[in-house]
This record gives sequence, C-alpha cells and structure tokens, in this order.
Amino acid sequence: MKRRVVISGMGVVAPNGSNLDSFTQSIREGKSGIRKIPELEEKGFRCQVGGVPRLEQEQIEYLASLGLDEHSAYLSYALLAGKDAWLDGGLPVPDPESGESDPQSGIILGTGFAGIDLTGNRLVPAVDSGQLRKIRSDLVEQVMLNAPAALLTRILALGNISFCNSNACATGTDAIIMAYEYVTSGKAARILAGGADGASPYYWALFDSMRILAPNHNHEPERASRPMSATACGFVPAAGAAMLMIEDAETALKRGAKIYAEILGGSMNTGGQRQGGSMTAANPHGIESCIRAAMKASGVKPGDIDLISGHLTATKADASEVALWMKSLDLDRKSFPYIQSLKSMTGHLLGASGAIETLAAALQMSGGFIHPSINCEDLHPSVAEIIPRESIPATCLSYSPRHMIKASFGFGDVNACLVLGQFKA
Amino acid sequence: MDSIEKTVIDILKKYTLNPSVWDQYNASFNLTKDLKINSARVVDIILDIEDAYDISISNAEIEQTRSVGQMIALIEKKTS
Repeated sequence: MKRRVVISGMGVVAPNGSNLDSFTQSIREGKSGIRKIPELEEKGFRCQVGGVPRLEQEQIEYLASLGLDEHSAYLSYALLAGKDAWLDGGLPVPDPESGESDPQSGIILGTGFAGIDLTGNRLVPAVDSGQLRKIRSDLVEQVMLNAPAALLTRILALGNISFCNSNACATGTDAIIMAYEYVTSGKAARILAGGADGASPYYWALFDSMRILAPNHNHEPERASRPMSATACGFVPAAGAAMLMIEDAETALKRGAKIYAEILGGSMNTGGQRQGGSMTAANPHGIESCIRAAMKASGVKPGDIDLISGHLTATKADASEVALWMKSLDLDRKSFPYIQSLKSMTGHLLGASGAIETLAAALQMSGGFIHPSINCEDLHPSVAEIIPRESIPATCLSYSPRHMIKASFGFGDVNACLVLGQFKA
Repeated sequence: MDSIEKTVIDILKKYTLNPSVWDQYNASFNLTKDLKINSARVVDIILDIEDAYDISISNAEIEQTRSVGQMIALIEKKTS
C-alpha cells in the first residue's frame, strides 16, 4: 500500500516574519514585508523596493556560533528555516560530536540564485585584483549551491539523501514534490524540503533590466506587490527561506508530531517552450497538463478544492493564470473556489516562493483560516471577467480548507503543482 | 608563554567554535582532534601565519603540522 505523507514540521524566514510565529501573525493580519531598499535606489534600479527578512538578535548569534565569517543571505535563511523546521517537528538537534548520522532522514533544499551576493562581493573582486589569498576556505561553503543542504546535514546528522535542486521559480515546490515522492516510495522516513534565495542586486538586476519588476510604487513599498490588481506593474523581488518536514505519516504519528497537512499528489512538467511558451513565458497547455496530473494523482475532485494558492506574481500573466485554473479544474464562475496570492505580502521569493507558499497553505489548513490577498482592491478587469471578487479574500477569513492546490511556474517554461488535504488518521 | 605561542593561539582561537576546548590546553594539542577545528580551515590558519611572520609554508610542511607545538616549531625554524 502507498505510504501516506504529511507535513510534520515547518520553519520560515520571511520578509514579513523572521520565524514561524511572526510569519503566521503577519499573514493573518495582511501585513506586508516590502520595504524601500536604498541600495537599489543608489544603483539606479527602476524598482527600488524589495522583501528582505529582518533577523532577530538570537538568530544572528546562532549563525555566528556556526563559525562562518560572513554568511551569504540564502545560506543564513536556509540554515535558520531548516533548523526551525526540525525543532518544530519535535526532533532534537544532535550533539555535534554524536557518532552516527540518521539513515532515515534526508534533505532536499533548492535555490534559484544561491550565493551570488558573496560571489559578487568577495570572490569576483579577489580574483580580478589578483588577491587570491583573500579567498578563504569558508567561501566555497557560502557560494556552492548545495551548501545549505550540506551544512544542515552536519548540524542535524542527516544520513539519507542530501540534494540541491534548481528550477527557477518552481524550485521550492519541486523540492517538496521530490521529497514527497521519495518518502512515498519508502526510500526515507522524512525529508526536510524547501527552498532559499538571498537578496542581492546582482541577480535582481536581471529582472529589473527585463522590466518585469514593479517600478511604480517606490514611494509606497507596502502597496508595491499587487497580484491581480488593475495597477499591477511587475513583481517585487524578495528573499527568505521555507523548510518543511515531509514525513511518512506512520512515523510522524508514532512520534506524536504535530501534523499540519497531508500531501495527496504532485506533478512537475515543462511546456517545452512550444505553443506560446518560451524561456520566460509559459506554454498554457503545459500548465493545464501539470494541474490535471496533480489532481489525478491526488484523487481529489475539483469541487472539493476549497482554496487555490496561485503563482500570481503581479504581472500580466495573472489573468491568464486565473483562466487556466478555471479551465484545468473544469470549474465555472459559480463553482470557483477561493484563490490567493501570498506574494501580495511577501513579494516574490523566487526559488523559495513555492516552499513558503506551501508552508502558508499548510498553516491555513491546520489553523482554520484563509489569509488575505492585499493590494488588489482595484481588481484587474481581466480577472474580474473570469471570477467574482468574493473569490479573493481581502481580509482574513475563519475557514478550514479541506483541500488546497498550489502551483508554481518558472523561467524555462517549468511547472510544479501539488495538492494538500487535511490529515485524518 | 613566549610570543610565538601566544600569536599562534590568537590565530587558532578565531577558528575554534567552542571556547571550552582550550580548558585543558597543552602544546601537544591536535588542531582537528583536540581543538575541533574544521579541517577545511587549516589552510586559512596557514595563510594567517604566513601573513603574521612573512614566511612561506609548503604543502608538505602543512601535512606534517598537526599539533600546536609542531606549528610553533615550524615558525621558529622559518624565522630563525
């Protein structure tokens, strides 16, 4: 019999909350984490706002105790979120001197852009100026893509898979789906899965120069991330990490772990850059196939989906995404469930976006609420043509979604979709 | 304590995460086993020593330097 797989621990470092408690409070209250970033203004970015986590003093001290001189941002966020997810899952952090690693526990931790901040600040200047002695051994642990996963295996004594995936904005959702499939197949009892990306002008510039970041709200940062709004003008770049413990339901129950939600099915695909798809645009047929495959794998009927956590970044793709949800779920205007965009509060966490949005989904399922989507008071007419405005809660609702569906779409025409359900033993 | 030993200890302390490893210190202490220094950091320690004494240490010499005492002896030899 196929193993059941649950989310049994979570940790997050977000622009609007540096830990799980403060993040939960922020998303209930509709609190934005978007702020003015002076460095972006100095460098002449069109978009001068972003979502950057503010770490607590104890988090900064914890990172210092690990002995890395200067952490790249994605590594810091990933280490904190990974450790928090492990502790939230009720598992102890082993003694650093303990003898053996745990062959039943692994990690899949993805990133879109890894340590590009320290690559730009330390590595490139040292090499270009011929000062190779300035490159110290900690730098490789800061910039290699699998560094956060590898450091967490050491801290938590993990002995199963240790892996870093990268798939643009689908990265975080992919990591969770891969962990789910790994645990379902019996290869591991539990896998910490999620994603992390840091804040750096060195890669935010890529998007700013493509003119897909929001340039019109530099004077009002909290209103800058506007998914589904008539005045949406691009996404707001953001940084952070989210890690989820993806565990065999049986071992989670045996341990008495808190269970947030059950993962019922997932799907990953690409549109192959055909039928309107390109490196930067999605093939709509690819998205539809991905959503349909995830639904089929889950065995959930479209009418039983109570809430959609969209990709919804605040670009012109929002309306076509909403239309694709309608089509792929075989629903109509009357039967359409609630839909939300976490990015309205956090901005777009890129390689971590799918992980933090799945984490928010699990929080809502276990906490019995639906968080607001802010900044779409002026609903885009193309969205309003498809769904009623009541489908997009503007304030926090007390409501327990039975099933949720979450999708992420990334550059490269890649898609990932997963279905969650309330867990009943 | 002579000044080379003090300088070496000051450099090593930047790379020891847990201050209590110094409690029972003696010069025969091994860098990785006793001081629990990440083995990847040994090369950083060598770079710091090269800079502090304006000397050059070869890979073969690094491989033969496992304890604090051996490190002090190497510096004494190179600077005498």
